[in-house]
Amino acid sequence: MDALTPTTDPWTVAGRSFNSRLIVGTGKYIDLPTTAAAIEASGAEMVTVAVRRVNLSDPKAPMLQDYVSPKHYTYLPNTAGCFTADDAVRTLRLAREAGGWNLVKLEVLGPPPTLYPDMPATFEAAAALIKDGFEVMVYCSDDPIAAKRLEDMGCVAIMPLGAPIGSGLGVQNPLMIQMIIENAKVPVLVDAGVGTAYDATFAMELGCDAVLVNSAIAGAQNPILMARAMKAGVAAGRLAFRAGRIPKRASANPSSPTSGLIS
Amino acid sequence: MDVLTRIITLTINGEPLALPGPHDVAALVAHLGLDVRKVAVERNREIVPRSTYAATLLVDGDVLEIVHFIGGG
Repeated sequence: MDALTPTTDPWTVAGRSFNSRLIVGTGKYIDLPTTAAAIEASGAEMVTVAVRRVNLSDPKAPMLQDYVSPKHYTYLPNTAGCFTADDAVRTLRLAREAGGWNLVKLEVLGPPPTLYPDMPATFEAAAALIKDGFEVMVYCSDDPIAAKRLEDMGCVAIMPLGAPIGSGLGVQNPLMIQMIIENAKVPVLVDAGVGTAYDATFAMELGCDAVLVNSAIAGAQNPILMARAMKAGVAAGRLAFRAGRIPKRASANPSSPTSGLIS
Repeated sequence: MDVLTRIITLTINGEPLALPGPHDVAALVAHLGLDVRKVAVERNREIVPRSTYAATLLVDGDVLEIVHFIGGG
């Protein structure tokens, strides 16, 4: 625990409290030891994971769980690769059986090059998952109407994209992210699009409850340093949000007193 | 034929597999050399709870998915 990990400012999703406001993905790393080291450096307490067929030709191959223990991190299974509600439900039922988790990340994507959230399919999958007892954190478009509808359906967190997955472009539509935050009674997380630490800071300054980052850390030249940068960026943005920034103004305003000048 | 020597054919993760007896999910997972604590099994599109592996009998033509967690965002 260091100065960047506030102990008095937790956030809560579906009854679970977390001190870290950075959630990290476990994909795209060069190998499992690097995955483990970067995640540790990030200070994250929750990690997203994917569900895939085991490799039957190499059953003893090292598994993610050997390096990123579900005893130490809250696993958030995702539905990456699912294009229908049926696939999403099947995948997460398997995840629930594998680990007993009912807190999940729903993402139903459209095809490349956008990989943009397919909102009609997302609504359908969210309804099916909620009916089946899952607590759904949902990846979605930065559309305040869609976000509110997902919340009203019973999703436990709303996770609009900042920019397309893996693009590293930062928050492209801060106005809409802010509107989603202002309208939501459940946590709002910026998921996807963060490229570097200040993107995470910016998202937190908008008032997000947390930020989800994968590519920007895993793809950095030094993932462990970038993980530390993201941790610091998220913490700085959160502190700045809590502190309340000064209003922007169109003219200068001196920082030093204008009286008592020598003559 | 004795249950222990009879071979059934299953589809596991999209591939055919010939399984000698015994024909239950616990035996299958052991046959494949998998760590039972790290996988989840679906049989004919129904989840097989881990606690019922030994009691879940397999028959010729069953379609199974066996999954685990990998890195993902």
